[in-house]
Amino acid sequence: MDFNYLTTIIFLPALGAVIIAFIPGLSHRVIRWLSVIFTFIPLALSVYLFAIFDRASGAIQFEEKLSWIPAINAHYHLGVDGISLPLVILMALLGFLVVLISWKIDLRPREYFAWLLLLETSILGVFCSLDLLLFFLFWEIEVIPMYFLISIWGTGRKEYSAIKYVIYTLFGSAFMLAGILSLYFATGSLSMVDIAQGGMAMVQSVMPAAAIFWLLIIGFAVKLPVFPLHTWLPDAHTDAPTAVSVVLAGALLKMGGYGMIRVCVSIFPQVAQQFALILIVLAVVNVLYGAAITMRQTDLKRMIAYSSVSHMGYVLLGIFALGQVSLVGATMQMFSHGIITGLLFAMAGLVMHNSKERDLRKLGGLARQMPVIAVVFSVAGLASLGLPTTSGFAAEFLVFVGSFTSAAVAGIKLWTILGVLGIVITAGYILWMLQRVFYNSPQDKFNKVKDADILERVYMFVFVAVIMGVGIYPAILTDVIQAGVMPVMGLLGG
Amino acid sequence: MVSQTMFIPLFLPELTLAVTAVVVILLDLFLKQKLVLAVVSIAGLLVAAGMTLGMWSSSLPPVLIFFNTLAVDSFALFFKLLFLVIAALVILASADYVAKFRRFQGEYYALVLLSALGMMLMAATTELISIYLALELTSISLYILVGFLKDPKSTEASLKYLLLGAVASAVLLFGMALVFGFTGQTQLGDIAAAIQGMSLAGVLSSPGLIAGMVLMVAGFGFKIAAVPFHMWVPDVYEGAPTPITAYLSVASKAAGFAVILRVFYSAFGLPTWLSLDWGMLFAILAAVGMTVGNVIALPQTNIKRMLGYSSIAQAGYLMVGLATVGFASAGDIAGRSGLLFFLASYALTNLGAFIAIIAISNKLDSDLIQDYSGMAKRAPVLALALTLCLISLIGMPPAAGFMAKFYIFSGAVQNGLLWLVIIAVINSVISAYYYLRVVKVMWTGKPAARSKVPSSMALRVALAVSCLGVLALGIVPGFVMKLAEMAAQMFAF
Repeated sequence: MDFNYLTTIIFLPALGAVIIAFIPGLSHRVIRWLSVIFTFIPLALSVYLFAIFDRASGAIQFEEKLSWIPAINAHYHLGVDGISLPLVILMALLGFLVVLISWKIDLRPREYFAWLLLLETSILGVFCSLDLLLFFLFWEIEVIPMYFLISIWGTGRKEYSAIKYVIYTLFGSAFMLAGILSLYFATGSLSMVDIAQGGMAMVQSVMPAAAIFWLLIIGFAVKLPVFPLHTWLPDAHTDAPTAVSVVLAGALLKMGGYGMIRVCVSIFPQVAQQFALILIVLAVVNVLYGAAITMRQTDLKRMIAYSSVSHMGYVLLGIFALGQVSLVGATMQMFSHGIITGLLFAMAGLVMHNSKERDLRKLGGLARQMPVIAVVFSVAGLASLGLPTTSGFAAEFLVFVGSFTSAAVAGIKLWTILGVLGIVITAGYILWMLQRVFYNSPQDKFNKVKDADILERVYMFVFVAVIMGVGIYPAILTDVIQAGVMPVMGLLGG
Repeated sequence: MVSQTMFIPLFLPELTLAVTAVVVILLDLFLKQKLVLAVVSIAGLLVAAGMTLGMWSSSLPPVLIFFNTLAVDSFALFFKLLFLVIAALVILASADYVAKFRRFQGEYYALVLLSALGMMLMAATTELISIYLALELTSISLYILVGFLKDPKSTEASLKYLLLGAVASAVLLFGMALVFGFTGQTQLGDIAAAIQGMSLAGVLSSPGLIAGMVLMVAGFGFKIAAVPFHMWVPDVYEGAPTPITAYLSVASKAAGFAVILRVFYSAFGLPTWLSLDWGMLFAILAAVGMTVGNVIALPQTNIKRMLGYSSIAQAGYLMVGLATVGFASAGDIAGRSGLLFFLASYALTNLGAFIAIIAISNKLDSDLIQDYSGMAKRAPVLALALTLCLISLIGMPPAAGFMAKFYIFSGAVQNGLLWLVIIAVINSVISAYYYLRVVKVMWTGKPAARSKVPSSMALRVALAVSCLGVLALGIVPGFVMKLAEMAAQMFAF
């Protein structure tokens, strides 16, 4: 029998969490190293999977299938294709890096790292599940560690933000559950693959597919987030501890985009086409409204949080343009935004930690005290605004080209052009932020502020290497994503 | 005519329980070491559970015994096992609590056993008068147990429970009398035959039959704490000894559902329009129940009261299953098996939560949520267990509550109750707020004192059993679902 790669990747962090939580008397040092080990192995394995992934085949690979609950025909069914594999790597990479980012956590480290590892397991599980019940199970489990991580280790109004996050997510997933149940009733199956391949006729014969589509998409829209369901995001991102913000913005939001492609578009291609325009308009609102609000922020972290709303608009645009290139672009943007925003949050965390200041109006001139952080922060910022040779450029370019040329939706050209305007605003707020933090006249109160230490330089280097690597040679990812998008296009009839 | 004595082997679990209760009372007279009483009670329960299991695995066909008043079918066996396990856990959880009483320890255990016996009979009887008797055996034992503390709150709770319970019994009896008056039968199968024998015009021209049905819903609704028959719940839950609160919230509720399911499915299951009628009645009660329970639970400051309102809401979710049974065609078991699975998972979850609360209140002497502040530092295991149970009550994975909701709601969606399911899932979101408030206080609050909160061995065992059960039902529910399906299929009437 083949080695169960995906099970190993998903559950190693959870195993680490159990070990850390239940073996008494572990020192802080041991806990940190255990976390490193239990996140590095999944990372190494997922990179290995990426290397041996068959790029010529659009099929699901590394599949595992066991009967789980016979009474409701649920299976323990895992597998990855070209759309989910990049996201698995993204989560595994961030999961490893956030352990390094969390190195200086002193408050209740045992619980902290246990929850962090559990969070990684649940998000990896979402990206690998091919059974709707299993998918929903991982989707919901993720809420619990996130709640604790924000409400115990956060800052500011942390308890408010944590419960707001939970209520929003549960609200979305309540509708999603109703959608999944309807889908299960209509098709008698919980397998995403089977339903996508042959379930449509049955769905339409029993109850309107459009109703199920909308029930499902509410759940994903909360997570992505889509305007007007986005208001949990700035609170949660701002008040979460740095490492958790990195996971939130880097990997967790992608669950929404991934779910839209995997469930909404793949299972309901016709319905998706029918309603694409509404979602594209929402996407453009996300981009422009998100960017405009970002401009007005005075809190460093809150500003980066709002920029995610804007950037996730591109993902939504790319998905519901329903073109081959645009879908590749959307997936690429999910990966790229994960790394870039992860780095932005990590850098913002360092600035805040070292200078004890997060108000943009009071920061300034820090390039003198922290040159390394200033450079890396600038790289991340430039990548975020889509400078060529960074992954941000490759991803956004694909989204725009793909959407503009997509034939699936009428009037898309106008909306794409409106969306492109978002880039201009992004450039505005990113450069303004860099200027306000690093390049104004130096201030005396920051004289003793330190630059990044060795460990921090290590993870910065990893982030920057991935951003530049993908930016210079995007085909390393697009080949894989292309293989995953082809079957979806087949379903769309394109 | 077959001699009825040949059926006695099928009645052995009940007899064992009755004998154990008597033995416990007698032993109490002679023994100084009262812990023995708990051990004897648990031994009796385990023996009865073993016999019940044996009857299940010998897979005899469902039979009616004692002049068609008692069914021995897998439906009854499922509930009997459930009650025996619950009673054993409650006794395990009571051991320290009861040790504080100076007198009447034997009576406490005996009454728990007797009420369990009543519940087992409730799940099995197929005849209106026997149902009433079984119900009263359960209720009277519980009235006494609720007042066991003899302090003002406990006495008030007991009196309230007794008075309202007596009214509910009277209403139930009136309903039964009406049904008997219009059908001429008290045996459920005979009632069903009589109703199916009537013409549509015949049933419509006898509104007394429908009135009888509705009055029975009201009478049973008291037992399961359905809105608007829930007024007793918060006060009784707050005043009763905590192990008895746990017992009331799970066992008494499960027994109520067992009776309702059997009566309505057996006697009023056909014709279809009749079952659609009461299905709709339960659907409305479900929607109102979960909304009222959840909304009133939000501002509660006493954890027992909060769980009281939460149990009203949970009864609402359970009634989604009853509504499904009403809407489903006779061969469709989705509603029934979903209900059974939900009851099993709810029982383990709520027991787990209450056991943790008992352990904490043994030390704190308080049930206020604010006093749970920082409990994660003072008693990490208890806090973790209580968190797991609360998460299960919300209906989130990996706990049993998630699977239970998924299962019961999927049955409802299959029978056209999507609107009810949407109300239910939105209610789950509301409930998350108050359950997580407790979690928040425990994990982020500052501890009020540095002292640890210890827990006895008996409590730890009971807590471990229920929490492992909650996890098992949440992650690998296949086995229990299979049992629930079997139980839902085998109905004798």
